Amino acid sequence: MMIDSAELNTWQRLGHFLKRWLCSTNHKEIGTLYFLFSLIMFFVGGLFALLIRAELMQPGARLFSPELFNQMVTLHGLIMLLLVIMPALSGFANWLIPLMIGAPDMAMPRLNNFAFWLLPMASSLVVCTLFLPGSAPNFGWTMYPPLSTLYAPPSTDYLIVAIHLMGISSLIGAINIIVTILNLRAPGMRLMDLPVFCWSWLITAFLLIAVMPVLAATVTMMLLDRHAGTSFFNAAGGGDPLLYQHLFWFFGHPEVYIIILPAFGIISQIIPTFSRKPLFGYRFMVYAIIAIAFLSFIVWVHHMFVTGVPLAAELFFMCTTMLIAVPTGIKVFNWIGTMYRGSLSFETPMLFAISFVALFTIGGFSGVMLSVAPADYQYQDSYFVVGHFHYVLVAGAVFSAIAGIYYWLPKMTGYKYSERLGQLHFWLSLIGINLAFLPMHFLGLAGMPRRIADYSTAFTDFNQIASLGAFIFGFAQLIFVLVILRSILGKGPRAHGQVWEEAQGLEWTLSSPPPLHSFVEQKTYAELMQRAKF
Amino acid sequence: MMQVIKKNLIPALILLTLSMFAFAFALIPLYNVLCKNLGINGKTAKRASGKSTHIDRSRQIRVEFITNLNKQLNWNFYPHIQHVYLHPGENILIYFSAKNNANHTMTVQAIPSVSPGIAANYLKKTECFCFTQQTLNAKQKKELPVLFHLDPNLPKAIHTITLAYTLFDRSQINRAPKTKLGFIT
Repeated sequence: MMIDSAELNTWQRLGHFLKRWLCSTNHKEIGTLYFLFSLIMFFVGGLFALLIRAELMQPGARLFSPELFNQMVTLHGLIMLLLVIMPALSGFANWLIPLMIGAPDMAMPRLNNFAFWLLPMASSLVVCTLFLPGSAPNFGWTMYPPLSTLYAPPSTDYLIVAIHLMGISSLIGAINIIVTILNLRAPGMRLMDLPVFCWSWLITAFLLIAVMPVLAATVTMMLLDRHAGTSFFNAAGGGDPLLYQHLFWFFGHPEVYIIILPAFGIISQIIPTFSRKPLFGYRFMVYAIIAIAFLSFIVWVHHMFVTGVPLAAELFFMCTTMLIAVPTGIKVFNWIGTMYRGSLSFETPMLFAISFVALFTIGGFSGVMLSVAPADYQYQDSYFVVGHFHYVLVAGAVFSAIAGIYYWLPKMTGYKYSERLGQLHFWLSLIGINLAFLPMHFLGLAGMPRRIADYSTAFTDFNQIASLGAFIFGFAQLIFVLVILRSILGKGPRAHGQVWEEAQGLEWTLSSPPPLHSFVEQKTYAELMQRAKF
Repeated sequence: MMQVIKKNLIPALILLTLSMFAFAFALIPLYNVLCKNLGINGKTAKRASGKSTHIDRSRQIRVEFITNLNKQLNWNFYPHIQHVYLHPGENILIYFSAKNNANHTMTVQAIPSVSPGIAANYLKKTECFCFTQQTLNAKQKKELPVLFHLDPNLPKAIHTITLAYTLFDRSQINRAPKTKLGFIT
């Protein structure tokens, strides 16, 4: 609504500001809220990470107690996975899906708002556990019982409620996305006309609906075991702690694909633009996403190779886990195939995207190493695993999100970011994460366990390199905040609708920033594409 | 057709969500049934089996006995012997000593565990103190019997089996240990 601001007093202006941001049903504003929330939580989770790395800088260090260290480890994992990367990717979904399909908004705008505002509530619950009597949750983000049931601090119940809230948020978002993509495409737009980013979110939304309820049920069982005298996971009462692991990882493995598939989607939008070539093998990219989604349901026991599961299970899950590398590899080859003989330029989004391809592949290789069950007996619960998942998550998903921000920020704010600052951010981040996480593979092979506050002196050198890298990466993110702030505040050259030469997609046919309400008049896909002139 | 799908999409997705929630709970009996019938649950039977009649004298299996006390339970609990050599099919009676060191009556449940897990199906107990809860008065001592045999169908590759019992306090089922800052006090 347009208000003549000269006639309003401060209270009225504040009222309008709050109403706009608290009650917005606009997909662009909600997308922005997701991004800002994610950025704030990135620094909270990042602070915990730096505290961890500070403690691990020296063997025998005691910056703070090992009990607090366990809480840092737990909260760092929970926050980064559930309150940073997932909301960031939801932010991209909200901003871009309606723009990419020529829809005026998401299918259910008010539920969209509700889904977002659940997250600050959930994150308050999670962060406040640090300040409650007893400790914050200290049993690792995977929350295995009996450590998380019998021996857990009272604040665990807050965590369980928070997880329920986050789950409901994701589920509403997922339903919204599926309905939007299936129902609100511009007339004449077939599913195989969808940008790969939309495909990735369509599939991810189905994955979310399939597994988030399983997590909800599992943490409910935890809650019942803690307070209602049930024995789901308590051997004394006839239950089994291993049941928890099966239930959790049935959720947990698809969860990591939920995180990485939209990241793949972002990369699939960026690389063709800066290669000035269409994405190589569109059909196979779509089939690969679907294949990865299906396979992700039948690999979960690879997190449990050392728990004493039968040999038949070890063999089966080893094979399915190796199998999932195939569609992933197809995607990597197709990104490379897109760049091959393309007219490449290396703006900041492209730098992050190319790094993604290389570094995610390295993370994938360590994943294939982990899939070899006999070898996993050595790797499991060591720093090798920590190195693996930080490569696929930080050098993978986070880099992809950062690439996406650089790519679409001029579209969203209307101002080009400073390429120099972007490049500085990129190189510092690249050096930082490789220094931080590559040594972890060797630490794991040498025998350093994970989730420990102190370690044998033999591991000192590599831990110090890792801590150095972590601090470089952490502080480099301040440059990112500067870039974003400058763009929001309008410092920098104006961006046109077609921000990037040769960028394909309906979002580039709109002005930068697009109007608050876009695609208000229904036009057919053919008409919209004609306007795009590509 | 597309109209029908579009009209029912939201109800269908909500139904899918709720079904997956129910599915997670359903997994508990599903796991129990499937793993039991495939013999891969690593658990011994909760009910007694008959005594064995046929003995396979061609090989001997070493069976070891281990005891654990859960959560610093104030009991003594140990087997009379550390290990035996058995032919598959041979019935054997083993005693475990249990003493309640506390000053009040306590009830415990013994939970067995067999290693390797795949051998659990073949360890047939005719009588076991783990089938029921055991109540001992303050300072009372008792000899607890296990009468079992190994099924002659035990895979030839298995030469050693470990039978471990853990005693869990069932006197007060809901009692959790007191903790301070994550430490048990």
